[in-house]
Amino acid sequence: MNQNDEGWFLRLTRLDPPLLLGLLMVSGLGLTVLYSASQQNMDLVLGQGMRLGLGFVIMLALAQFPPRYFRFWSPWIYLVGLLLLLAVMAFGDISKGAQRWLDLGVVRFQPSEIMKLAVPMMMCWFFAEKPLPPRWLHLLGGVLITAIPFILIAEQPDLGTALVVGSAGAFALFLAGLSWVIILGLSLLLGATIPLFWTFVMHDYQRQRVLTFLDPETDPLGTGYHIIQSKIAIGSGGVYGKGWLNGTQSHLDFLPEGSTDFIFAAFLEEFGLVGGGLLLMLYFFIIARALYMASRAPDTYTRLLAGSLTLIFFLYAFVNTGMVSGLLPVVGLPLPLFSYGGTSLVTIMAGFGILMSIYSHRRTLTR
Amino acid sequence: MFAKPYSAEPLAREKDNTAESELFFRRALVLVFAVFVGLLAVASRLVYLQVLNHDRFTTLSDGNRIRVQPLPPTRGSIFDRNGVLLAENLASYHLEITREQAQDLDATLAELREHIELTDADIDRFRKMALRTPAYIGVPLRFRLTDEEIARLAIDLYRFPGVEIKADLTRRYPLGSLGVHAIGYVGRIDEGEMRRIDRGQYSGSTHIGKIGAEYSYEDLLRGRTGWQQVETNAEGRPLRVLSRTPPTPGQHLYLSIDIRLQAAAEKVLEGYNGALVAIDPRNGEILALVSQPTYDPNPFVNGIDFASYRELNTSKDKPLLNRALRGMYPPGSTIKPLMALTGLEHGVVNRHSGISCRGSYQLPGSSHRFRDWKRSGHGHVSMDRAIAQSCDVYFYDLALKLGIDRTHQFLDRFYLGRPTGVDLPGEKGGVLPSQDWKRQSYKKSWFAGDTLSAGIGQGYFLTTPLQLAHSTAAIAQRGVHFQPRILHASEDPSTRVKTLAEPLPLPPVKVRNPQFWETIIAGMVHVVEGGTANRIGIGAKYRIAGKTGTAQVFTLGQNQRYDAKRLARHLLDHALFVAFAPLEDPRIAVAVIAENGGGGSSTAAPMARKVMDAWLLNKYDVILEPLPAPGIAPHESE
Repeated sequence: MNQNDEGWFLRLTRLDPPLLLGLLMVSGLGLTVLYSASQQNMDLVLGQGMRLGLGFVIMLALAQFPPRYFRFWSPWIYLVGLLLLLAVMAFGDISKGAQRWLDLGVVRFQPSEIMKLAVPMMMCWFFAEKPLPPRWLHLLGGVLITAIPFILIAEQPDLGTALVVGSAGAFALFLAGLSWVIILGLSLLLGATIPLFWTFVMHDYQRQRVLTFLDPETDPLGTGYHIIQSKIAIGSGGVYGKGWLNGTQSHLDFLPEGSTDFIFAAFLEEFGLVGGGLLLMLYFFIIARALYMASRAPDTYTRLLAGSLTLIFFLYAFVNTGMVSGLLPVVGLPLPLFSYGGTSLVTIMAGFGILMSIYSHRRTLTR
Repeated sequence: MFAKPYSAEPLAREKDNTAESELFFRRALVLVFAVFVGLLAVASRLVYLQVLNHDRFTTLSDGNRIRVQPLPPTRGSIFDRNGVLLAENLASYHLEITREQAQDLDATLAELREHIELTDADIDRFRKMALRTPAYIGVPLRFRLTDEEIARLAIDLYRFPGVEIKADLTRRYPLGSLGVHAIGYVGRIDEGEMRRIDRGQYSGSTHIGKIGAEYSYEDLLRGRTGWQQVETNAEGRPLRVLSRTPPTPGQHLYLSIDIRLQAAAEKVLEGYNGALVAIDPRNGEILALVSQPTYDPNPFVNGIDFASYRELNTSKDKPLLNRALRGMYPPGSTIKPLMALTGLEHGVVNRHSGISCRGSYQLPGSSHRFRDWKRSGHGHVSMDRAIAQSCDVYFYDLALKLGIDRTHQFLDRFYLGRPTGVDLPGEKGGVLPSQDWKRQSYKKSWFAGDTLSAGIGQGYFLTTPLQLAHSTAAIAQRGVHFQPRILHASEDPSTRVKTLAEPLPLPPVKVRNPQFWETIIAGMVHVVEGGTANRIGIGAKYRIAGKTGTAQVFTLGQNQRYDAKRLARHLLDHALFVAFAPLEDPRIAVAVIAENGGGGSSTAAPMARKVMDAWLLNKYDVILEPLPAPGIAPHESE
């Protein structure tokens, strides 16, 4: 391998051009849709543009650090994250609800947000020197690393973030080569526990809540309204869509959260199946490219981390599009690079920054 | 580092990077496939919605659209245990303007001002709300129009397009201030409540229970919100109703209070700040819950004006304070029967043992004199006489023998020093002192003198009137007691099926020898028959067991004498009395506290007697006067 198969751009910026292009295309499309979905509110679009800019700057900055820094800092970031979560828990009674946030001036930040990166980093740090596929004892360690923050976040309660954190740990385990027998066994065990739990442990009102969660249309005053309106918006878009700025559902305020969690519906109403297909292909391209980059990583830590971070991105895209189209239950995850809002955007771009660093530094690591 | 099973070579051979890299590559391939399948599933879903069901959703979207409108339920009414109406929903009228139809808003407002009274606050609120409401939806301008205003407006209404008189339901408390501390009131949902409630359930509702039974039984009273799907045109104006799920009206509540008894009790306390609680010892039902002074809840329903609220809130008589649940008073001598019981249970005294009372008590090695209320002393007293004559010296001695922690442990079982769990909001627990408690609250250690004060219900000891009534009821039932409760029954308004609230038994207080109960109850009977409350025993048609109490508001100096005539009213002692009756089959337990009332025997005991007479002899000399209705028939709930 010589240096010549790398382009000058990668060497100069440490950013992978195809992946960067994919991210820029999705972001650009996102801003276009946001302009329409926000009722042509230019302030809002500019604000989101600033956030995206900040996200790309963070990605660029992180890409400059050699991966050994991330590896060195992994346990410390994880510990600080855990302490912050415990602090949130301790002061949770006084500061109910929205005060899980820390205000950093430019962006607001939730301690649980750190965990979306810290958990996969810690998992990969933990498995980096262990023989893979993991032994039973190591497996237990990995489960603990994930389960503790998962429980703390689920207690807040913030199920969306808990889902991401828990999945991040599971992804790392899967990539570490968790044997198929165990995966199958755990799935069966989970499948067998749920009916028992349902029958013997849960109260009536809890069952009702889960049923509404699974089939929101039974609760038309609450989340069901979102889904009904979202499906009308998507379905009425048809193959070619109603055209940019012509979406009636989102413009007449029928579609709730049209510029945040449900922006995918606003997009599909105006751009139709064609637009939707294009966006899904873009997401697939980004994920496939990122997984390819991960497979070129030189050692266990970088490989696992790059893979896990990519899958978190996929989780966001899949859960959001699935929820908006009524395929999955309502979980408040934003559509990455599309939805209005900054916190998760920063996390995702930081993840891509680490990925870019791993890819562009891969030669310096090999001995 | 863990054991390295397949190589003796250190570190390097444990991990096989090439094998791991291949493993990862295989996993990554699986994942690319999984991602592809996942996104394909979403894409298929889009085909399903956008191609296969396109026509259906286009119909829903194009031209006609569907809105979901909430249908708020009718709140249940509240009655007393005999069915006397305490809270109802009245049709009331408000003025509403739909801006889309009004031609010149400013001119309309100016002209309306000539017809009805419109304050600047009304107009401010209207303009603020209008900013947040689409033009085709009406915004209320004035609430609670009077008949006269309606009549005046009705004639000229045709001249104001977009202005309408709309009917809605307003909560009304026909008896005004009577029983307000038990019933409570509803008010407009505020921002804090907005965050707490289920917004779907409350969409379309404007009011919520704020305090009292209206608060604690909010869920029963409310009912369930219904909803209808309405087809609207392109501007969002409703065209027709597609489907309708009617609301479920709230349950009617029957409170355990008897409003006649409540009125009688409020009357006997008139002129004093204080509280009176009457409980049925057999099931814990609260028969009367008085806190004086009271206030009229009706102005709170649609927002009380600032000046009136300030007046209520800053009054030194604190009418908004529910003294029955939240007023904390030293129990004074009313604690003595329970102190005697504690002494018997722990065997530090028996019913025959006695002491000699010379009017004061001194701790060994201390010159401080703990006074008896009777300066000359009671002479030789046994337990029975100590209760009947309320001898302080006897109980100083008893308390010292018991020690504070044993006292604390035993009295805690009567729910003194902790909330009884009554179904009304805001109950305070009071203070049942102990060594630990003082260390934690004051960072000081406990002194023997503290034990003496606690022994006669003074010092750190604080109780609520509800706790006193509850512990008296527990004595009446020989340790069997129930959670105090304001709810008697609830009724489904559609089926008229009444569900009685079940008594909620608390862990009974058991003593070594059941005769201990009889000993202290005998003492309490002798309080009324020849003891400190002798006066109320005279002429009673049933036998009463009671105990007087006097709680000091301030501490006298060592050589000062308490002289009621020379003290300012607010420094006078609090008068207390607890009692139950009839002795043989107790049906009522009462606790009275008259703040600055002077003596328990002279002020509080006659009050309790009147209330017991009313309940047991059905002797009511009060007439209930409902507030004049605002000229509109009460709304019949479905």
